[in-house]
Amino acid sequence: MIPAAFTYRRVSSVDEALAVVAEHGDDAKLLAGGQSLLPLMKLRFAVPEVVVDIAPLDELRYVRAEGGEIAIGALTRHHDLHHDPVLAEHAPVLARVAGSVGDQQIRHRGTIGGSLVHADPAADLPAAILALDGVLVARGPDGERRIRAAEFFQGPFETPLAAEELLTEVRVPVQDGAGWGFEKFTRRALDWAIAGVVVAGGAVALINMGGTPLRAPATEAALASGASAAEAAALAAEGTSPADEAHATAEYRQHLARVLTERALVAAGR
Amino acid sequence: MKVSIEINGRTVTGEVEDRTLLVHFVRERAGLTATNVGCDTTSCGACTVLLDGESVKSCTVLAAQADGHAVTTLEGLRGDDGGLHPLQRAFREEHGLQCGFCTPGMIMASVSLLAHNPRPTRQQVRDGLEGNLCRCTGYHNIVNAVMNASGQEVQR
Ligand SMILES: Cc1cc2nc3c(=O)[nH]c(=O)nc-3n(C[C@H](O)[C@H](O)[C@H](O)COP(=O)(O)OP(=O)(O)OC[C@H]3O[C@@H](n4cnc5c(N)ncnc54)[C@H](O)[C@@H]3O)c2cc1C
Ligand code: FES
Ligand code: FES
Repeated sequence: MIPAAFTYRRVSSVDEALAVVAEHGDDAKLLAGGQSLLPLMKLRFAVPEVVVDIAPLDELRYVRAEGGEIAIGALTRHHDLHHDPVLAEHAPVLARVAGSVGDQQIRHRGTIGGSLVHADPAADLPAAILALDGVLVARGPDGERRIRAAEFFQGPFETPLAAEELLTEVRVPVQDGAGWGFEKFTRRALDWAIAGVVVAGGAVALINMGGTPLRAPATEAALASGASAAEAAALAAEGTSPADEAHATAEYRQHLARVLTERALVAAGR
Repeated sequence: MKVSIEINGRTVTGEVEDRTLLVHFVRERAGLTATNVGCDTTSCGACTVLLDGESVKSCTVLAAQADGHAVTTLEGLRGDDGGLHPLQRAFREEHGLQCGFCTPGMIMASVSLLAHNPRPTRQQVRDGLEGNLCRCTGYHNIVNAVMNASGQEVQR
């Protein structure tokens, strides 16, 4: 399978990338690691006229602790997050989740920014950023804006980013000492989650339990009022409407959400 | 566009369509056919090569993205003595292949795995090769081959 013809543009600065997408709008697509975009292009689900390769922008590849926050450049690869010493110390849950995206080959190319902007409800990092109350920093023709994770994931593959905007950074609060857990149930190795859960302190976010990653408010409230892991996890599927399809019925996914949440809460020390 | 990629230490230059995939450049331009296309959907790992030393699925990288970078394919592997690379030798000794279709990708993924973790556990080998499918061997001998190449005990 070969993508439809397009014009490849490699850029060497964020400003240059913004200039190219400003010129082409919806006809252009940013290419980061390509691990979601190129498969879609090969299937002709995406047919951009111009592909803007931002992978060379090393200035967007970093993890830094800054005061009470960790700043992560959008082009930081999953493999680098998985092995990052700053994350290991201040947000181990993020390192762990990054290590479960696809396989080693995919993690060597794929970036956190690409995963968040792709906004697949079955993806792992969006749920982690939602659990961490992360903030996404985007740059566009009118300058920079910050979008809270809770407002960023709007639907399957849907975010408020415009074609003319580039995600530059993700910021999460440091998690020093907070318990964490991550559970993901897959049908095969390297796969997306049938269902999954990320626990970070008192926050619980579910993977693939609706059109976006979802917080589990009933579970979080129960935890806050001192419920046990089992009691809180029993409420995890409340209000969710997961997909009902060949690999898993909605009912089965809700069952998984409860079981996985209890395991993740126990791992988090609740 | 014109791309120039260092493949196994030799610079290969060619005029390609912008949409050309790295795997096609390696096979058709460079004439190196150990790198296989299996699934074409980023799932099977038969097309795995090293790009700047890290394993990638070359069916999901544009040749244009590799322009100016270094690629290593199975043909570029050598042992210290100039003969077979320890992983090539170990796949042979442990009967880690049958039809051999997946083997180049398995070996390239294993090179990357051992570079990050020189003495993996059996489970770490399995996790490290989760992106590589084999339809013949049942994986057991492949895990043995990687254990052998890393100087560890194998399971008979
Ligand atoms: C076989 C397979 C298995 C996978 N398994 C998993 C899995 O288990 N869990 C999981 O979470 N994911 C999985 N994935 C998905 C994939 O790994 C990620 O979605 C991917 O890493 C995305 O990052 P990328 O840098 O490759 O993005 P790209 O493919 O380059 O881009 C994705 C989208 O984001 C846009 N984009 C990228 N960067 C930016 C930016 N900085 N600003 C604005 N827009 C941007 C692109 O235009 C495109 O629309 C899998 C993929 C494959 C092929
Ligand atoms: S051919 Fe590239 S992963 Fe299967
Ligand atoms: S040896 Fe035949 S596919 Fe692996």
